[in-house]
Amino acid sequence: MENSRAVTNTISNKKSFRRWIGSRKVQRWLILITFMTIPLILLFTFTYIPFAKMVQFSFYDMKYIGKRTFVGLANYKETFERSEIFGSLLVSLYYMGGGAVQLALALFFATMMAFKVKGEAFFKAALFFPYLICGIAVGFIFKFFYARGYVLDTILQMFGMDLEDIPFWLQDRRINNISLAATSVWRYMGQNVVMFLGAMMSVDNDLYEAASLDGANKWHQFRYIILPSIKSIIVLNLILCISGCLSAFEPPYVITNGMMGTGTYFVIMNRIAHENQRVGLASAMAIILLALIIICTVAQKLFFKYVFNDGTSDESKAAVRRRKRLEKAQRQRK
Amino acid sequence: MNTKKLTSIFFSIVKYLSLIAAAVVAIAPVCVCVLTAFKTNEEYASTSVLDLPKSFLNFENFVIAIKQANMLRGFVNTTLVLLVVLTVSVLISSMMAYVLNRFRFPGRGIIENLFLFASLLPGIAMQVTIYEIMNRLHLINHLYGYMIVLMGTDIISIYIFLQFFENLPVSLDESAIMDGCTYFGVFFKILFPLLKPAIVTSLVLKGVSVYNEYYASSLYLQKSELKTISTALYTFTGPYGNQYNYICAGVLITIIPILLFFLIFQKQVYSGMAAGAVKG
Repeated sequence: MENSRAVTNTISNKKSFRRWIGSRKVQRWLILITFMTIPLILLFTFTYIPFAKMVQFSFYDMKYIGKRTFVGLANYKETFERSEIFGSLLVSLYYMGGGAVQLALALFFATMMAFKVKGEAFFKAALFFPYLICGIAVGFIFKFFYARGYVLDTILQMFGMDLEDIPFWLQDRRINNISLAATSVWRYMGQNVVMFLGAMMSVDNDLYEAASLDGANKWHQFRYIILPSIKSIIVLNLILCISGCLSAFEPPYVITNGMMGTGTYFVIMNRIAHENQRVGLASAMAIILLALIIICTVAQKLFFKYVFNDGTSDESKAAVRRRKRLEKAQRQRK
Repeated sequence: MNTKKLTSIFFSIVKYLSLIAAAVVAIAPVCVCVLTAFKTNEEYASTSVLDLPKSFLNFENFVIAIKQANMLRGFVNTTLVLLVVLTVSVLISSMMAYVLNRFRFPGRGIIENLFLFASLLPGIAMQVTIYEIMNRLHLINHLYGYMIVLMGTDIISIYIFLQFFENLPVSLDESAIMDGCTYFGVFFKILFPLLKPAIVTSLVLKGVSVYNEYYASSLYLQKSELKTISTALYTFTGPYGNQYNYICAGVLITIIPILLFFLIFQKQVYSGMAAGAVKG
């Protein structure tokens, strides 16, 4: 009696299940279409159509409005031949140097804070806050900071330097790019500290205690506990730094307007595209930059694969070897 | 034992000195701005930049800055943009992430890779041709046009949500479906409320970047009544280029809202930064 009821139950369940699945299918398509339409339209109109146009425009001599003439590879040739464009790539080397300094400093301060510090919240906030200030405001702050006779010069004079011995921070071609790159370090260093600190905090606290009980000093703790926990974030940031430095824009744009040899790639591209309206040339520049960034990213992927997988696979190989040796020994004993 | 104690004292001294030095370097440039912003024109011309102003109640420069750069208008515009862009981008990127994470359909891999590749394209470079498209769509010099551009270049949010969905068990969806919930119901009633941490993260990251966005705003909002806060600030490069007491006042006006936001939501901001870092 009970058994048969159970059987009819499952049969009716099966029927409704079928109906259920039928309606599910319709629903599935409905949700796929409604949820994906807007993001995909946005993605195509603001990423892929512009990208396609960029490739197309790079072969034309054109303005935004008016006649277009096909010129083949002339824009690419001009990109490589214009000394200001090549010079701007050299300028981004300064920003890369700044980026390296920034990561090193961030690593140092994050490590300092990972060991117990009184007033950690204050230090963290003070270092991080510049990141939240908008690029234009940062530009003005440092225009004021570096201007002849203003903040930095006054501070140096307080320490007994003569105004004549102080260089022009923004005009002197030998140092103005360093001044500008320093503003980037000022702005982004704290953000790296917060990121590193986040990764370091994910390490179990017992580990530090155990280590100090075992007599490990601070350097050992840094070398064997902290550094491994943030290795991948450091590498990631190094790579992000490269593309970030290639696309540095706001410091020179606001502070020096790209004069005196401080024009970065984007400052010059912006001038060519929107002031001179040479859209074709600007597109060619954009594509060359994109190629550079893609090369860097691929290098990053390879680097990750090589550095991180290599370590683990070596370990497992060693483990496999050890196990085989053990098995062999056991067999021989038998 | 003794040497150990000595080294640990030495280490503490190094630690605190370096941290204090770093904090001073980080804060000092802004502090000098505060001093200068309260100085009258005569004071500004006659005193050293490091001298204190006569009174910290001299708000004249702030009034001039607000009037000169039309900053109130800038605030209104930026607020509008923030409201619309953040709402829409949380909605559409969480929806996109839901579909990509929970459904298997032809073309899914391609779509995911399209988003991945898009995150490589440098923003400023893309504006060369986005400008042409905006021109064609007659979206230049409209606030909504600028909003659409900001929504369209929103890939990090999708990644934050995708990551979060990975950690939400599928059994949640299944049990809701068993109870007769539709997929829409599953998303809006069950999953969306659970996304709260990811929503906060993406709001923080996107909010900060929208508030500070300059380049697109300078291209697509050229009329003075459409300026956002950062383009309004940029007008100081013109006629008042050397009147730093006005400029500093303007700079402080843009910093104060985000400083308040930071002080209130410190925890969320930090965790947002950490989460944004894992993205890769």
